[in-house]
Amino acid sequence: MSRKDPSGGLIISPIKNGTVIDHITAGEALNVLRILGITGSTRECLSIATNVKSEWMGTKDIVKVENRELRAEEVDRIALLAPHAKINIIRDYKVVEKKGVEIPEVLRGVVRCPNPGCITNTNEPVASTFEVLDKGLHCLYCDWLIKDDIANHII
Amino acid sequence: MYHIISIRDFERSDLDHLLDRAQEFDTGNYRPGLLDDKLLALLFFEPSTRTRMSFAAAMGRLGGKSISVDSVEASSIVKGETLADTIRVISSYVDAVVLRHPKEGAARLASEFTSVPVINAGDGAGQHPSQTLLDLYTIRQSMPIDGIDVGLLGDLRYGRTAHSLALALSLYDVTLHTVAPGGLEMPANITLELRERGMEVIEHPSVEEAIRELDVLYVTRIQRERFPDSASYYDVASSYRITTDLLDDVKERLMILHPLPRAGEIDPAVDCTPYARYFEQARNGVPVRMALLHEVMK
Ligand SMILES: Nc1ncnc2c1ncn2[C@@H]1O[C@H](COP(=O)(O)OP(=O)(O)O)[C@@H](O)[C@H]1O
Ligand SMILES: [Mg+2]
Ligand SMILES: [Zn+2]
Repeated sequence: MSRKDPSGGLIISPIKNGTVIDHITAGEALNVLRILGITGSTRECLSIATNVKSEWMGTKDIVKVENRELRAEEVDRIALLAPHAKINIIRDYKVVEKKGVEIPEVLRGVVRCPNPGCITNTNEPVASTFEVLDKGLHCLYCDWLIKDDIANHII
Repeated sequence: MYHIISIRDFERSDLDHLLDRAQEFDTGNYRPGLLDDKLLALLFFEPSTRTRMSFAAAMGRLGGKSISVDSVEASSIVKGETLADTIRVISSYVDAVVLRHPKEGAARLASEFTSVPVINAGDGAGQHPSQTLLDLYTIRQSMPIDGIDVGLLGDLRYGRTAHSLALALSLYDVTLHTVAPGGLEMPANITLELRERGMEVIEHPSVEEAIRELDVLYVTRIQRERFPDSASYYDVASSYRITTDLLDDVKERLMILHPLPRAGEIDPAVDCTPYARYFEQARNGVPVRMALLHEVMK
């Protein structure tokens, strides 16, 4: 699906319909795929570029998925990992919509609470609920604070 | 509806209001039978004597009645049932529910499924706001809370009473002194939160170093389970024990508090000194819980 361009760079072939997630924080592309539920055994036609040079980010990752538009919860999850990501909707080879991502004030059902004693890690009918603070994610049930490694806690 | 879930939900004016009410109940300055048509459920999924009895006593003094199940019954009644369902049903029988549960956040969850006020009487290692209120009440009986130096001693890592008290005190002008054995220090995010709330927090290597500066020394239990073997536990426990020798040259108004039950943290010889105030503190559980019950059911 790809060919070498004369300068030696790798050119990914264009997609007809789908989504291009651009300006992903370098190194987070695989986590973005995990959030989208894309694994080796799913069927999406997909291209990934990591550590691509970017004028304003230094380096970035890009993910392109064919025939898929993202749901709002997926966009919220991506925002956590890649706050500068731009989501481009491609229809008939053209970018028809371009939007940034925004971390919501409250994340419901997005992140699993790392506290094993938290009521949200039981069979109770509640979703984990975190408020987003500058210093991290704060569990509104048990007060746990997730400061780093947020990717590993995303459901 | 008014729930009592976490000390974080309170502003200073709420605390002051509840403490004022507790004072009125304490001095008998109230109309008898204030809650005489009310019924309270004590729903304890974990053993407790003091907290449960003091809520029942408080309800009785206000003329109300309580129904309760002990922890064994509670766990068999609700075998396989979610807390959400239990609360939906129990709350339809009564005017308020007092809940103790082993999971953190259980009371918050209960408040989302109940039709009546919920009072958190301890959720796992989480919050226990009525304990904090009675701690504050005990301090305020002897001195204004603003301007004092409070020392927290013991297991400040897992000790929920210490965290909750520290958060409440950060709403006042209090300098906090902490003394904890290695590995049981106050979690960094709590210290950070206290400092962000404008509180000065000073860590000390030993009680000796801090005690002369203090107006209040709040001692908490060091649990044996936290140590790999009993030798290392006894080692630490003995170096954090409060004895009468430590009390030379302390401030005259120093008060020593402890949420009880104590293990070996305070030498019984200290009980006879004017600084020992932990039994009075326990007694204050009743007027403080009267204030809470009245507040949510009035
Ligand atoms: N049809 C397409 N197939 C695959 N990728 C595309 C397609 N159209 C645009 N892109 C990619 O989507 C991103 C956004 O495109 P565009 O809006 O043209 O550029 P930019 O955001 O850099 O101004 C870029 O990474 C671009 O390479
Ligand atoms: Mg570009
Ligand atoms: Zn939690």
